[in-house]
Amino acid sequence: MQLHRAILTAALASLAAPALSATLSVEAGPDAQERLQGALIEAKTGDTVLIGPGTFVLTDGLSLDVDGVIVKGAGPDRTILSFKGQKSAGEGLLVTSDNVVLRDFAVEDSKGDGIKSKAANQIVYYNLRVEWTNGPKASNGAYGVYPVESKNVLIDSVLVKGASDAGIYVGQSENIIVRKSRAHFNVAGIEIENSYNADVHSNIATRNTAGILVFDLPNLPKKGGHDVRVFANRIEWNATPNFAPPGNIVASAPTGTGVIVMANRNVHVFGNAIGGHGTTNVMLVGYQLAFTDTGYQPLPIDVVVRDNSHGKAGFDPGPQFAGGKELAAAMSGIAPVIWDGTGSGVHVSDKVMTLSMGLTDPKARARQANPQPVDLSGVPLAKEPAKVVLPPEMEAAIR
Amino acid sequence: MRDRGRRPRIAWGRFFLPLLLISAAPLPVNDALIQSDRLPARLSELNLFEGGKPSTALQPYTLSTPLFTDYASKWRWIYTPPGTELAWKGDGLPDFPVGSVLIKSFGYPADLRKPEANIRMLETRILMKRAGGWIALPYVWDADGKDATLKRAGHRTDISWTHADGKPRAISYAVPNANQCKGCHDAGGQLTPIGPKLRNLETGPDRPAATRPLPRWDDAKAPLDQRARAYLDGNCGHCHNRNGPADTSGLWLDWDDEHGPNLGIRKRPVAAGRGSGQNEFDILPGQPDKSILITRMQSLDPGVAMPELGRATVHEEAISMLSAWISHMPQ
Repeated sequence: MQLHRAILTAALASLAAPALSATLSVEAGPDAQERLQGALIEAKTGDTVLIGPGTFVLTDGLSLDVDGVIVKGAGPDRTILSFKGQKSAGEGLLVTSDNVVLRDFAVEDSKGDGIKSKAANQIVYYNLRVEWTNGPKASNGAYGVYPVESKNVLIDSVLVKGASDAGIYVGQSENIIVRKSRAHFNVAGIEIENSYNADVHSNIATRNTAGILVFDLPNLPKKGGHDVRVFANRIEWNATPNFAPPGNIVASAPTGTGVIVMANRNVHVFGNAIGGHGTTNVMLVGYQLAFTDTGYQPLPIDVVVRDNSHGKAGFDPGPQFAGGKELAAAMSGIAPVIWDGTGSGVHVSDKVMTLSMGLTDPKARARQANPQPVDLSGVPLAKEPAKVVLPPEMEAAIR
Repeated sequence: MRDRGRRPRIAWGRFFLPLLLISAAPLPVNDALIQSDRLPARLSELNLFEGGKPSTALQPYTLSTPLFTDYASKWRWIYTPPGTELAWKGDGLPDFPVGSVLIKSFGYPADLRKPEANIRMLETRILMKRAGGWIALPYVWDADGKDATLKRAGHRTDISWTHADGKPRAISYAVPNANQCKGCHDAGGQLTPIGPKLRNLETGPDRPAATRPLPRWDDAKAPLDQRARAYLDGNCGHCHNRNGPADTSGLWLDWDDEHGPNLGIRKRPVAAGRGSGQNEFDILPGQPDKSILITRMQSLDPGVAMPELGRATVHEEAISMLSAWISHMPQ
């Protein structure tokens, strides 16, 4: 009887699970590097690599290059991939294949980026934690989660702490949702860079240097960032002194800034709670450095700031904001919204002061500025980008 | 036990073995296995080596400016199946017939001042061209040096040697995993060979002359700019090109790319993080110490070091050459 039941169970199991998909389980213990990396190499499309609870002590970066694999842990506080002793590779985990789901585990103390996915379309980051456990330090890796050059990116319920550049960074990608995630003690909490069609909503970005950044940079294969919506986020008390290594663009992000939109087109910032920022709550600027890339658009174009609730701002400008201290001293504070004065179609209808620096060239020096309050509520609103919709199987993967 | 059906299984086979070694012609390379979809667990199954010695069917080749791999000695061979040949086109890679194999072995002499003596073989990396494209397989040699075992998940081993300056060196040597192979051997998502580009072949199979051959990076008689570009091509350009794994950086260091910001000259970093090492530009003409390209080559920290893989030591001689190149750039 016992035997019959076993056979029956096996038969049912083989019916239920198509022969094509398998689960490769990896448990914590000695030789975690070769066993886990081995599973990530042996996995076939449709398989799940199931990482057990415990701390996995890893000596090198991990990588996945098989399409359609789920990498699943026992939870972001139970399955911990520790890269404290990492000897090589620029990130903890690298994904270079399509249709991958990463969920329910943590990456700690990687020497470079936490989790990077490159040219990996339809990637899902769900219920993950990426953390540098010694707090914010310039010696921490640059990005926590780092999808780049990808189409269809979903980042949901991810927590990143301590990244020396951006906690959640999406670069050179399109069709992006970042939601229900948290970023704390990073230089930039969340950053969308050189990307198209992004919805960043329902996130909490607090105690970073700057909360949420929408940037575009020159000399890159994909540039001309546009169509980004930043809404329904809580962006507060981003006052961690900027600890980015000099040379990086975020090293210029002023400590104590909520949202920065730089050199982008059609960016809509609405319905967020923003406050507690010594420099300003919302900063709209052009690219301030010299460049030779003739195809680069360096100005803020068609930026809409509306219906945000503002807390205290402008009471202690960061040293990266040239002339900020003098301005704050002269005016007893700055303003909740700062615009450098460049670009076009900049609409601000939040019920707070907007201060224009009165520049015509974003590269101009602070002493050339002519700071004046401005009313930008009459500027016609650019058409809001459509809601970002991802392929249904991506949403289904986290249900 | 696979593929053993035709061999004598009788115990007295061992009595014939010495005789066979003397009289038998070398085993033909296992073309059927190369062109199958199997991943041989032991290198010996391919018959590319016999008792650690390369088959006479393999054609050795050398590169003018090779990739630096922690001062390891490297040996390279090309195999093409009988009746096929390489089709050369331009200065780049030839077309390889299906069934071709590129073989690269890595080892260390006990003393770098005696490069031919007391060599410890570590690993052999195989690139095989199958009907569906190239595959990369890393094999780690057994301690007795007679056969090597497939390690798709990679492997680390501690090694030591006496350096050219007579001082002892020791590193944790990393055999790359199969994904890391592709991490360099990648062009637009497809696995590809890197080394045997016509412009970089110093010796090897019959071939036409290159239009713009690479110099040896350490040839003091060659123009510095060409030596620098050759080194960057061989050591960085496989990732840092318009279709490579590092295309997103906008830093393109292959031989063919033009001078300008994408070569790093006054180019600001994008996602370098602390790899920037306090510097603002990849290359700042006249100032190698303020050039990220140099500071990342000087670092052994995995979050900073470039190349990201296969380097646990600093290539001092190349840094001197590249520093001189940057120092002499017009400012």
